[in-house]
Amino acid sequence: MTVFILKRLGLAFLVALAVSAIAFFLLRMSGDVAIAIAGEGARDVDIEAARRLHGLDRPPIVQYAAWLIETLRGDFGQSIFFKTDVLSLVWAKMPVTLLLGIMSLGFALAVSIPLGVLAAVFANSWIDRLALSLAVVGQALPNFFFALILVMLFSIMLRWLPVSGSSTWSHYVMPMIALGYYVTPAFMRLVRAGMIEVLSSDYIRTARAKGLPARVVIFKHALRNAVMPVVALSAVQLGYLLGGSVVIETVFALDGLGFLAYQSITHKDFPVIQAVVMLLSVLYVLLTLLGDIANAWLNPRLRVS
Amino acid sequence: MTDTSLSLDLAMEPTAGARMRKRLFGQKSLVLGSGLLLLIMLVALFAPLLATHDPYAQDLAHRTVPPFWYAKGSLEHILGTDNLGRDYFSRLLYGARISLLIGLSVMVISGIIGTTLGLLAGYFGGKADLLVTFLVTTRLAMPVMLVALAVVAMVGGSLPVIVLVLGFLKWDRFAVVMRSATQQARALDYVAAAEAVGASTPRIILGEILPNVLPQLIVVATLEAASAILLEASLSFLGLGVQPPLPSWGLMISEAKNYMFFSFWLIAIPGTMLALLVLAINLAGDGLRDIFAPEGR
Amino acid sequence: MSGALLQVEGLSVDIKTGAGTLHAVRDISFSVKRGETLCIVGESGCGKSMTSLAIMDLLPPAAKRSARQLLFAGEDLTRKTAGQLNTLRGNRMAMIFQEPMTALNPAYTIGDQLMEGYRRHKHASVAEARERAVFLLNKVGIAAAGDRLGQYPHQLSGGLRQRVMIAMALMCGPELVIADEPTTALDVTIQAQILRLLAELREELGIALILITHDLGVVARIADQVAVMYAGEIIEQGGAADIFRDPRHPYTRGLIDCIPLPGKTRPGEKLGIIPGVVPSLVGEIKGCTFRDRCSHAEMRCSAAAPARQVQNHSWRCILEDA
Repeated sequence: MTVFILKRLGLAFLVALAVSAIAFFLLRMSGDVAIAIAGEGARDVDIEAARRLHGLDRPPIVQYAAWLIETLRGDFGQSIFFKTDVLSLVWAKMPVTLLLGIMSLGFALAVSIPLGVLAAVFANSWIDRLALSLAVVGQALPNFFFALILVMLFSIMLRWLPVSGSSTWSHYVMPMIALGYYVTPAFMRLVRAGMIEVLSSDYIRTARAKGLPARVVIFKHALRNAVMPVVALSAVQLGYLLGGSVVIETVFALDGLGFLAYQSITHKDFPVIQAVVMLLSVLYVLLTLLGDIANAWLNPRLRVS
Repeated sequence: MTDTSLSLDLAMEPTAGARMRKRLFGQKSLVLGSGLLLLIMLVALFAPLLATHDPYAQDLAHRTVPPFWYAKGSLEHILGTDNLGRDYFSRLLYGARISLLIGLSVMVISGIIGTTLGLLAGYFGGKADLLVTFLVTTRLAMPVMLVALAVVAMVGGSLPVIVLVLGFLKWDRFAVVMRSATQQARALDYVAAAEAVGASTPRIILGEILPNVLPQLIVVATLEAASAILLEASLSFLGLGVQPPLPSWGLMISEAKNYMFFSFWLIAIPGTMLALLVLAINLAGDGLRDIFAPEGR
Repeated sequence: MSGALLQVEGLSVDIKTGAGTLHAVRDISFSVKRGETLCIVGESGCGKSMTSLAIMDLLPPAAKRSARQLLFAGEDLTRKTAGQLNTLRGNRMAMIFQEPMTALNPAYTIGDQLMEGYRRHKHASVAEARERAVFLLNKVGIAAAGDRLGQYPHQLSGGLRQRVMIAMALMCGPELVIADEPTTALDVTIQAQILRLLAELREELGIALILITHDLGVVARIADQVAVMYAGEIIEQGGAADIFRDPRHPYTRGLIDCIPLPGKTRPGEKLGIIPGVVPSLVGEIKGCTFRDRCSHAEMRCSAAAPARQVQNHSWRCILEDA
């Protein structure tokens, strides 16, 4: 187990390194940092001055090495647009996105597990077909469109929830639904398939032979086994949700990493973009690792061997 | 590196939605999906003939006129006009061109990259496989939306840029699926026979393996086209993709955002079209897969 | 047949398949008394497992049960609600399954799975349930029972798991135990141990035991009553002594000829075999199902086989006597 974790940590480090290089060179290829620093429409002289001042006239590989060393030391540089330390800026926004990601995951699980269980227990019934229809339509619906439908419904027609902002818990409700619904079908399918397989297993018959009520058979004996792959998927999907929160945070002006990224992108704020991409990548890699470990730990057969 | 296989499989099961749609629509999915898709394609193709107005012509005197079924609507503008008085129906028709163009070209670019990587990894195994698996893992770790947004914003949003950026970002699922499909195809008897006869490697890969993995390739291709269409819509919605005055459906929703309180149909119409197009592609893909690879093969 | 703990009258099980309705069990009747062992014998696919599942109401969803009467301790099981059945199952009637590798839930400890039924049915505390579990694990011959409670199924050998299954069935002190091939998956020495154990427990606890098996050797050792099933029907039943001494149905005779007898069967001597295969049970079934494989078959076998009876020994065959 330790060897497994160490190997995966090594891989995670390599992946993070590769992502950092790709993100760095991709962004440098796409735009000129010196222009961004000197400001749009600046004179050539000023741009050249900025280029020399920030060492942007050095070969790209040298710049990358310098950036990497600073980053590893915990120095993500200064934001061009916000004029503050990138690390503290990112650090301040992170809780919002983490909270949104975890809430969305929780929402997705809260919807998909009961629906998946119902769909499996009453396979091919109307409830199975309803859950299925929701999933199929859900997968085709663009999430920003869905977000706007929510706004129309809950903010404009019903006046239950605020349209945008991030000051109270009620600001998180619609972003949570809009972000979470997109990963719900995948979970639902996994739970349904797992439950159908488990429900026809011998140990479920044993549990029924013991005279346990259907509720205990389904929720204690079946769900526990059917839900194991959901744990690993949860970690992967949380990483995906964090990365995908940019659209939803922007729609709802929820002041997290995604919104920060959107603002930095519109202002060509290279250091901030790089830091956010790096952070989200590292989080994704760590979460998939966590998912595998959790899976191994949850499964008694793997835990012992 | 095999340790990553679990996460890879979980991150992208190729037939995730496919099985659901199959259960829901059964064998009708091909007819339903391809019929709808064909209709949208014809509409896109004949947009100049079908359009009732110039999609770019502004008429500030007739702004946000509602569709004809509203009391204030008229048959002059079937689906009303937008905030600049442009005919919404005509813009919608031209918008289909953009979505289809994006879906198709991103699919081709990412398909070529991903399929090549997957075939190489699956056929040669060993170091090639390790390298491709690492590349895929790295690609998966990068937040697509964010990277696409950043690069498109830096270079400047235009159709070719969006196609290239999405094409170079979205090959991962092709690679993963083609890799495992190739591994399976390689184990087939006649592939081994072709090797024994001494056929050249490119000949085996292109002549024996590729035809075998085609069904999976088609399924992934449809899924990816649909996903690329959604991504473009998101980019344009955020104002960093296709630039005005082009009538991208995502951009149309974005422009209508400020009027949603009074004119929600401005958002609902292009949004529904997006959802319909994506659903149609997914259904058609499922149907094609059933033809190529009947159950139990 | 008064005083029977379980009385089955006209039990049938139909399974819907793609090819049509499969008549897995057809109109069978038998009964079992307290302290008695009934062995239901037959080849695989003859419907004996379906019979046991039908009694417990544990049939898979595609299978439908019908019965004129299914009396357990005087109460008709066919008229019970799911809730009422749950108070009987695992409590007064218990079942031991044939798959020791898969019949235990991999996600919970042995102790948890042993104790949950007892706690529910007897409203017992954890401590009481634990005490009972340790007592029974000891009884089925598991050493260090206290430690075993904390282990997961995969940490136990097949033989141990089968013993756990037996202990689990006995937790609530059931009056009826149905054991479906409890020894099939085990090696011969453990088989013998487990059979001896079941016989002892039956004596000691006065339970009625229904043992489902394809192994006539097992039957010879443990049975009081025997029912021989073929193609979903009981084709012969009676006291074990009668059946072995004087088998009437050609199929039963064939089965008995297949048993190697210690001391009697010489090494290298040919054992009997029954040629042919069991007919399909899908669709309508006419006449004696064994006629295609029977050396005594005649024209009239294509009509329904007549029921014959001598005292408690009954069979279905045109042959009155051999």
